[in-house]
Amino acid sequence: MMSWETVIGLEIHAQLATRSKIFSSAATAFGAAPNAQANLVDLGYPGVLPVLNREAVRMAVKFGLAIGAQISPRSIFARKNYFYPDLPKGYQISQYEKPVVEKGRMQILLEDGTVKVIGITRAHLEEDAGKSLHEDFHGASGIDLNRAGTPLLEIVSEPDMRSAKEAVAYLKKIHTLVRYLEICDGNMQEGSFRCDANVSVRPVGQEKFGTRCEIKNLNSFRYIEKAINYEVARQIEEIESGRKIVQETRLFDPDKGETRSLRSKEEANDYRYFPDPDLLPVVIEQDFIESVRATLPELPDQKAARYIEKFGLSAYDAGVLTASREMGDYYEAVLAALKAKNLEGNEKLAANWTMGELSAALNKDGIEITQTRIDAERLAGLLARIADETISGKIAKEVFESMWAEGKDADTIIEAKGLKQITDTGAIEKTIEEVMAANPKQLADYRSGKDKLFGFFVGQVMKVTGGKANPAQVNELLKKKLAAG
Amino acid sequence: MTELHHLTLAELNEGLRARRFSSVELTRHFLARIERLNPALNALITVTAEQALAAAHRADELLASGEAGALAGLPLVHKDIFCTDGVLTTCGSRMLSNFVAPYDATIVEKLSQSGVVMLGKANMDEFAMGSSNETSFYGPVKNPWDLKKVPGGSSGGSAAAVAARLAPVATATDTGGSIRQPAALTGLTGLKPTYGRVSRYGMIAFASSLDQAGTLTYTAKDAALVLRDMAGFDPRDSTSVDTPVPDYLATLDQPLAGLKIGLLKEFFEGGLEESTAKLIREALQVYERLGAKLVEVSLPNLPLSVPTYYVVAPAECSSNLSRFDGVRFGYRCENPKDLVDMYKRSRGEGFGAEVKRRIMTGTYVLSAGYYDAYYLRAQKVRRLITDDFARAFQQVDVLMGPTSPTPAFDIGAKVDDPITMYLNDIYTIGANLAGLPALSIPCGTVGGLPVGLQIIGPHFAEAKLLNVAHGYQNETPWHRAIPKGYE
Amino acid sequence: MSLTDHDVKNIAHLARLELTEEQLPVYVDSLSKIFDFVAQLDAADTASVEPMAHPLADQVQRMRPDEVLDSDQHAKYQRNAPRVEADLYLVPKVIE
Repeated sequence: MMSWETVIGLEIHAQLATRSKIFSSAATAFGAAPNAQANLVDLGYPGVLPVLNREAVRMAVKFGLAIGAQISPRSIFARKNYFYPDLPKGYQISQYEKPVVEKGRMQILLEDGTVKVIGITRAHLEEDAGKSLHEDFHGASGIDLNRAGTPLLEIVSEPDMRSAKEAVAYLKKIHTLVRYLEICDGNMQEGSFRCDANVSVRPVGQEKFGTRCEIKNLNSFRYIEKAINYEVARQIEEIESGRKIVQETRLFDPDKGETRSLRSKEEANDYRYFPDPDLLPVVIEQDFIESVRATLPELPDQKAARYIEKFGLSAYDAGVLTASREMGDYYEAVLAALKAKNLEGNEKLAANWTMGELSAALNKDGIEITQTRIDAERLAGLLARIADETISGKIAKEVFESMWAEGKDADTIIEAKGLKQITDTGAIEKTIEEVMAANPKQLADYRSGKDKLFGFFVGQVMKVTGGKANPAQVNELLKKKLAAG
Repeated sequence: MTELHHLTLAELNEGLRARRFSSVELTRHFLARIERLNPALNALITVTAEQALAAAHRADELLASGEAGALAGLPLVHKDIFCTDGVLTTCGSRMLSNFVAPYDATIVEKLSQSGVVMLGKANMDEFAMGSSNETSFYGPVKNPWDLKKVPGGSSGGSAAAVAARLAPVATATDTGGSIRQPAALTGLTGLKPTYGRVSRYGMIAFASSLDQAGTLTYTAKDAALVLRDMAGFDPRDSTSVDTPVPDYLATLDQPLAGLKIGLLKEFFEGGLEESTAKLIREALQVYERLGAKLVEVSLPNLPLSVPTYYVVAPAECSSNLSRFDGVRFGYRCENPKDLVDMYKRSRGEGFGAEVKRRIMTGTYVLSAGYYDAYYLRAQKVRRLITDDFARAFQQVDVLMGPTSPTPAFDIGAKVDDPITMYLNDIYTIGANLAGLPALSIPCGTVGGLPVGLQIIGPHFAEAKLLNVAHGYQNETPWHRAIPKGYE
Repeated sequence: MSLTDHDVKNIAHLARLELTEEQLPVYVDSLSKIFDFVAQLDAADTASVEPMAHPLADQVQRMRPDEVLDSDQHAKYQRNAPRVEADLYLVPKVIE
């Protein structure tokens, strides 16, 4: 039985978050009425000409710097020629031989905790095409050119990934990065972050790559994993059945979980790339690069490393907290607020609550962390009460829910609901005695050896005190009182 | 008697400002000539009479109030390659026979702001591809000097209109000689500025790295007057150059003593008719009398300019014309079966044979396996030619030679063989490849047909070229000749 | 250089130009003549020469500020369209 190795390369198209298009001054905002944002340049009218948007170049350079890539001092726009109704000029302005960014890398964290470096061959600027709508027009398709001319950064990885999981990990890192850099909103549903996967297999040990297929229409992390796994299995089956892999483009069908061949491609397109004569070479000088470098935020990997080193968080926790810039900002705001209360040293607690309760609440309400109903200051307020043992962790969950629903701070709710932890030894002892008196059979059983009933008594004490008795004290006192007698 | 159409643009400008006549009078005069004389010439595709008269009225008001632009009230014709807002813009093609442009080209806007009165849109070779104005969907244009002959191309309509005195100036474009060659064949001053001097925004693209807008006028002084307002940086054109526009009129009369004129060895070899060569030599003698020195120079790679052009220009046009697909504007075929059928028949029926030939040539030279051998190679030869010119200009101020190998030829004489037609551009193409400014001025006639002298300068030397041309025109009568029947 | 019928049909397809059986030989002939003519370029010594895509050597691309300057003019622009419905440009159905 042959042992197979999977080889994956990803091509990501990230729509850059500029206000206007890459070569025209029409707006790029999503959701406008059909063709309301397609100006004469976007429509490819006779006589119009492209002029380059500086912000698109800045964003590309920003990305290049963040992945440690080379910024080409001189790059060229080329025309990629083909006919399609959503491509108004009959060519796409892209970059071919001299892209703006080359030779970068991205680290990913594998499941076993090791770090792998994925090479990024290049990232180049190009314009997006419009959209074809196929429904409702009896035998015709309707073309909306609002999207035509939106700047794209095409990010091409080396074929360095060896499993669907690695591919997803890489994709997530890039997704996080472009949002950190504020160059792309990463909205996969709206199509501002798209991914195609190039997949091939080869026998383990073989150097030569197998024939690859390109899979398109991957617009969620889940689909990508499914699609790649399906494709790998398909290719292995084909080869093992004695057939050759046909180099082709395939579409992923999420309903069936399968990839299928794109019918219309009879032969490979000859794009006849040549330098666009309407655009001049793009010269990027050192001071342009430095001015962009000055705007780089702390990058996700740097931030995660800082969390691990300074706060003692695990690589996993650091990864989760730095998955978005907003999450990291929130977390650090919580820490700052705790520090102001002289409660440093609670980084793990803050991490657990941010990743746990807060994230769960955000997900439930379907909102982003920027729309949170409990701001960092308030969460810190709650955590402070756990830290100083005013309430137990369990009660804190209740308080959190009320804070979320009512928009009040922790202290107000604790006061209003009388949720302060009971730490008075006398009061606890009294409750214990009441519980013991109310449950003579269990008491007798416990004393005759049924140790498991300890939990029962703990539960009963908690019930009577509404969960507010300090658990550690309850344990200590209950042990003493149950033993005696 | 001096008719209004005998006056140069500069003289008309002066007359308007002196209130010897009004713009409305002028406009009516030329519109009447157009109505009477255009049918035989077929120089204009569209006549914008109402619009013209309205503009003339406005110009008269501004002239009276002293707020008029530099060209206020002067009638002009635009080559139908320039988009004109609300006016049919056909590019001489069936593909755009229904296309009303929704915007003005930059030069149309600029000249309109200067106060010109647009009389109409001039006929042209389809999509600017041709040297005889015989490929137009709207039929060939006739040369007013002899109605059986071509006026040259692709700006044949612009040239015929001005030569026949239907308008004192026409805008035009030059990609491989399309202003200069018609100027030579119709006895006019045709100016192609430096690449990037005049905005290409709104000029329907043929070959983007070669196209340039210019003028056809009776005199160099007229050209200077118009270029002053036409030229200038345009932020909407990435290839537009941001350098100040000099006052071309101010330097027209500078003396020409000491001018070093380069005579291209390659221009005077083979293919040039002796009668034309004689006139060129006589023109050079005029310059010597004015104090210029003649220097022989050689541009060894220049003979390759025509094959270079016929790789580069088709390559660029094959891509530029892909937008004509029947989807958003322009011609769409009847009852398309499916998408591919719609593309193929809209483009097959919308484009004429020469355009299709060039699109296919261009598609081929860019295609996989041929790019290096053709396109890349041609772009390298282009550099060799450009470097040759640069070296020549280290020794001389301007280059001179013939514009066209022969005077106007018969309509129909060369349509069957593309190569014979392409060789009409043999003297003009070099300047386009190198982006150099060049003009053609009349220097005599052969068998009653005009012959042009070409003057080429280094980048942004328009002032010098106009000065050199003006000096010659002060000494010679050729630019004042009017074809019989059009006086 | 002689082009074959196949070559010309291929090019016509790439360029989306309809070519009838009558037209084919005419184009094969004229295109072959053009490529014969253009073959003169082979004589040039281009070994160490950089290709020239733009005539003015030191021109570099201008970058414009990221500003929205246009408003919705689709009604005006769509007056030229052969077929429009619900503000969309209609074409024969695109098969994916």
